Amino acid sequence: MAAAVAEAHRREWGFVLAATVRATRDLDLAEECVQDAYAQALSTWGPRGVPANPGAWLTTVARRRAVDLQRREERLRRTLPLLLDDRVVPGPDDAEEEDVPDDRLRLIFTCCHPAIAVEAQVALTLRLLCGLTTAEVARAFLVTEPTMAARITRAKKKIAAARIPYRVPPAEELPARIEAVLTVVHLLFTTGQTAPAGDDLVRRDLVERSLDLARMLRTLLATDADVAGLLALILLTDARRATRVAEDGRLLLLEDQDRSRWDRQAISEGVALVREALHRRPPGRYALMAAIAAVHAEAPSWSETDWGEVLALYDLLVGIWPSPVVALNRAVALGLARGPEAGLRAVDALAGEPQLAGYAYLAAARADFLRRLGRVEEARAAYRGALELTENGIERDFLASRLRQLGP
Amino acid sequence: MAQYLVLIYEDEASYANADAAVYEQVMKAHNEFGEKNGASLRGGNALQPTSTATSIRRDASGNIAVTDGPFAETKEALGGYYMIEAPDLDAAIAVAKQVPARFGGVEVRPVMVFD
Repeated sequence: MAAAVAEAHRREWGFVLAATVRATRDLDLAEECVQDAYAQALSTWGPRGVPANPGAWLTTVARRRAVDLQRREERLRRTLPLLLDDRVVPGPDDAEEEDVPDDRLRLIFTCCHPAIAVEAQVALTLRLLCGLTTAEVARAFLVTEPTMAARITRAKKKIAAARIPYRVPPAEELPARIEAVLTVVHLLFTTGQTAPAGDDLVRRDLVERSLDLARMLRTLLATDADVAGLLALILLTDARRATRVAEDGRLLLLEDQDRSRWDRQAISEGVALVREALHRRPPGRYALMAAIAAVHAEAPSWSETDWGEVLALYDLLVGIWPSPVVALNRAVALGLARGPEAGLRAVDALAGEPQLAGYAYLAAARADFLRRLGRVEEARAAYRGALELTENGIERDFLASRLRQLGP
Repeated sequence: MAQYLVLIYEDEASYANADAAVYEQVMKAHNEFGEKNGASLRGGNALQPTSTATSIRRDASGNIAVTDGPFAETKEALGGYYMIEAPDLDAAIAVAKQVPARFGGVEVRPVMVFD
């Protein structure tokens, strides 16, 4: 029973909360009522069985609870205004199991509103859409719980006080607003993919939440090419998860991974999505990054990788997204396509970029090309530089072992 | 509906060094903004530069000190404002985006409601 409720928590939290927020127009009250509904599920699903539609059941219970609380507290003075909605709010009693609307898009557009700081957008999304506790969100981003609680409270207050609306933006604003939502989901994924610090390379919880969110967006915005591109990128990158760390805990680069253990189902789903996303001209950045991941996913081995194709895709990517980090990745691809000398030249050309000062992957890329060129002394200096900038334990071990291989 | 104050922050030095043609363009831009957004506007003013400001605050011993200058010295200073009415923040931002501020930008603040 607890397992069924836990499953419903993972799958339905965002749906139930979003539908409840539309009834209460108050984020805190809605969260409280949804918590209560899950508690009630724990005590009643056992004797009566799990309902056919757990999300609708939970929503109905949460909305009833909200009506009770609102009646009881009617005399209490409200400190914050209610959220704004763009249609008449139906009473909770007409919410029969069949017609609970899907309000998750409203909720995610509110959480990822550009008037909220990106770090708070991420926190709100994890908390409200994914149902993580404040403690869990704090742990994911390596801040203390009071700091994260303050960040979330401040953002919620701003939503109410500045009247950030609870609705899906109109068509003319939609592309920019979808971009903001995708930025948050992508940030969650990359943070999970290589944890900024600590002993684990991957924060599985964050990766899985980002995958859930991308799938949700795919369901709700089925025709958007950027959404398809991001879901493809996550699937294709995450398909390699099991092979990124060896059994003894060592980091394994793409070159050394056991490709027979890559998740073929995720890869075929991702490849189909990439094809769809690339139909749009010009393709978006997620579609291009996913296409690069697809080239790797479909290559039988490292040496048989089509580096010319990878480089061509990076050229397109730099064209639409001229960021120094993308340029660095392109430089690495160039080195693999045309040899370490060319790669080193391209990496060194970026050394003056202020955004890459202190960026460990630049030092690591230099080190690798120097090593391949047999310039041992310089390679060692570069590995030492990369080590100083790296805080993830598994990445540190990898750099240290490369340094050892270069001799004393 | 809610009220928002749109505060205009601009670089005063740029205005000080501007010629008459720039002032004319700025005036024209504000007039056009006012005509286009008349339905949302509830007021607004331009302020004299911070060189004319006087700050008044209590010092540590509780005496009121009157000093020359603005409360805080910043490169971009408050130079004017509009009071607007809008149904929500998105609508307020849509109006605020049109406020002329060639030497800086604007800040949107919801007006607090006491009930």
